[in-house]
Amino acid sequence: MRRIISVLLENEPGALSRVVGLFSQRNYNIETLTVAPTEDPTLSRLTVTTSGSDKVIEQITKQLNKLIEVVKLVDLTEGAHIEREMMLVKLKATGSQRAEIKRTVDIFRGQIVDVTSSVYTVQLAGDSSKLDGFIQAVGTSGILEVVRTGVSGIARGEKVLSL
Amino acid sequence: MELLSGADMLIRSLQDEGIEHVYGYPGGAALHIYDALFRQDKVKHILVRHEQAAVHMADGYARATGKPGTVLVTSGPGATNTITGIATAFMDSIPMVVLCGQVASTLIGEDAFQETDMIGVSRPVVKHNLSVRHPEEIPEIIRKAYYIASTGRPGPVVVDIPKDMTAPNERFEYSYPKKVKLRSYNPAVRGHAGQIKKAVDMLMAAKRPVIYAGGGVILGKASDQLTELTRKLGFPITNTLMGIGCYPATDKQHLGWLGMHGTYEANMAMHHSDLILCVGARFDDRVTNATEKFCPGARIIHIDIDPASISKTIDVDVPIVGPVDAVLKEMLSLVKESKEKPEADALAAWWKQIDEWRAFHGMRYETSPDVIKPQEVVEMLWKLTNGDAFVTTDVGQHQMFTAQYYKFDKPNRWINSGGLGTMGFGLPAAMGIKLTHPDDEVLCFTGEGSIQMNIQELSTCKQYDLPVKIINLNNQALGMVKQWQDMNYESRHSQSYMESLPDFIKLAEAYGHVGVRIDRKEDLEPKLKEVLAMKDKLVFVDIYVDRFEHVYPMQVARGSMKDMWLSKTERV
Repeated sequence: MRRIISVLLENEPGALSRVVGLFSQRNYNIETLTVAPTEDPTLSRLTVTTSGSDKVIEQITKQLNKLIEVVKLVDLTEGAHIEREMMLVKLKATGSQRAEIKRTVDIFRGQIVDVTSSVYTVQLAGDSSKLDGFIQAVGTSGILEVVRTGVSGIARGEKVLSL
Repeated sequence: MELLSGADMLIRSLQDEGIEHVYGYPGGAALHIYDALFRQDKVKHILVRHEQAAVHMADGYARATGKPGTVLVTSGPGATNTITGIATAFMDSIPMVVLCGQVASTLIGEDAFQETDMIGVSRPVVKHNLSVRHPEEIPEIIRKAYYIASTGRPGPVVVDIPKDMTAPNERFEYSYPKKVKLRSYNPAVRGHAGQIKKAVDMLMAAKRPVIYAGGGVILGKASDQLTELTRKLGFPITNTLMGIGCYPATDKQHLGWLGMHGTYEANMAMHHSDLILCVGARFDDRVTNATEKFCPGARIIHIDIDPASISKTIDVDVPIVGPVDAVLKEMLSLVKESKEKPEADALAAWWKQIDEWRAFHGMRYETSPDVIKPQEVVEMLWKLTNGDAFVTTDVGQHQMFTAQYYKFDKPNRWINSGGLGTMGFGLPAAMGIKLTHPDDEVLCFTGEGSIQMNIQELSTCKQYDLPVKIINLNNQALGMVKQWQDMNYESRHSQSYMESLPDFIKLAEAYGHVGVRIDRKEDLEPKLKEVLAMKDKLVFVDIYVDRFEHVYPMQVARGSMKDMWLSKTERV
């Protein structure tokens, strides 16, 4: 099952490579990974999406917790949560395609953020399946380039992951 | 406040940490540090002949004393040569700090001479590693390194020290931190009271219980508590290879050790038990055999300091995360208070069954009128040393024979590479022990394969006068490899035969030691007595043993715990 694990990590050189290294050493799978400092500059927030049986996920969280630089972590998929991913897509846009793409972008509540005579660059945010849906809707033949940030997530309600 | 250079701060920190010995090898990036070492005499440096041996020496010291060992090497090859030793310590959770020189911080990333990314290279095999970025951080980093290495589940910590951090011309205020606080590292100090209570209730209700103890009992210094609890309960106890000595092997409640080459009675008792109390062990594949067939009728209580060890390979019913000594102590007081007692009839029937298993196999092997059996060499040395020696081994058949036939009644005396299985471990580990235990007998059981992996250390033994006894069970082959080839590859002995063995007697003599060859059975006892009488000499004892002997019992691959070969022809 797909899981979103959110980690508070000491913002130190080498800390990220320890997390990434752990996944490859123990044969776990990273689907997406995002990381950036938090409002407290000594801490980074890292979100990793992974998949595996409950047993594997339990090991992943325990092994992550064992890393000295991991301060706290939570499996967001255990409770209600919000997940977002941002995508930039460069699309071939000429002739009648231009209006069609514009319509699709509007339906997906995206924005066209850059325009040339033959290319639209579209920005889109949402959960990963929405981004997948957009790619399917415009069709891969028109896509010139795709860049996705990977998933970030946060728990719903009053639950917070902080020190 | 005193002003010291980075190198002087490093050595002073080691002094303040109470470090007596550092095992190492100098080189370019570590020269400032070596100069600081030279200008003091509190911390003694032992110069090895290969960096891997320095790590095993520190490891042997740590296993025998429970205190962290310390290694000092230079950058590049000096650092990479330590990796096998670090991985060995990591797999067996041995506390250790490895100080590595590094090229100057201004050169890092430029492929400078003797530059290796030691932080990156060591990452998968350390508990943690730290890099010095400002010289004034050195005391705090050293304090942190020893704290992390020796608390919680212990393990090796690497400290990477760029050369410019130790430059002699820059001085800083020195003070050694008394305490270290890490917001992200807080090992458990006691177990969950509710879980402990639940566990004790299960112990009292068990009909076919068995205690399965591991290296964690020795690392957690909990042998006394375990022994008391086991005797109080009257339960049978077995331990892992790493747990040897955590409970007296000659005690009647002890079933010997379990797993791939464990005793028949230990494996049978585990398989047929209804309750397993696992203390500081990790259900390793060399213990469980096929996990899906593991102990089908048993409920399991698992005490471990490391939450990640719990339900990693085998699901457990009652996990207790905490230091084994504290948890066992709490259990013991609950057992003492409890009005309930384990059911005497059920326990008596269980013991009757176990005694039958014991009588059925009982660690027998066939003796021969003229060929020396490796098992009898071990048994004889056990008797001749009153079972009280520090014993190290390398890896292979000799390791298993030693574990089976030398009965350890005390912890910290059986020293072997259990997790990683590192050939070349035995001699340097023995040296690390002899250095700090000069009056104790230190034996290194080895084979002609393993001993050649770190034989250069005979030179270090001469320099520091380390009269260990090397017991080479020479079967002229890589015995364990050959055994597997006999059993699984129709005796196709691919590369398991050692041609052109050196004359070990001459080799020992060339290094300034004594060599003794034993190849006749009638010579075994008198010559071994002569060897042990040479208290102040390193003696290399080259013993020609049966070339065809196999280690039994041996679990059948992919079977359950009870599926074993008991000899070349008997399978149960």
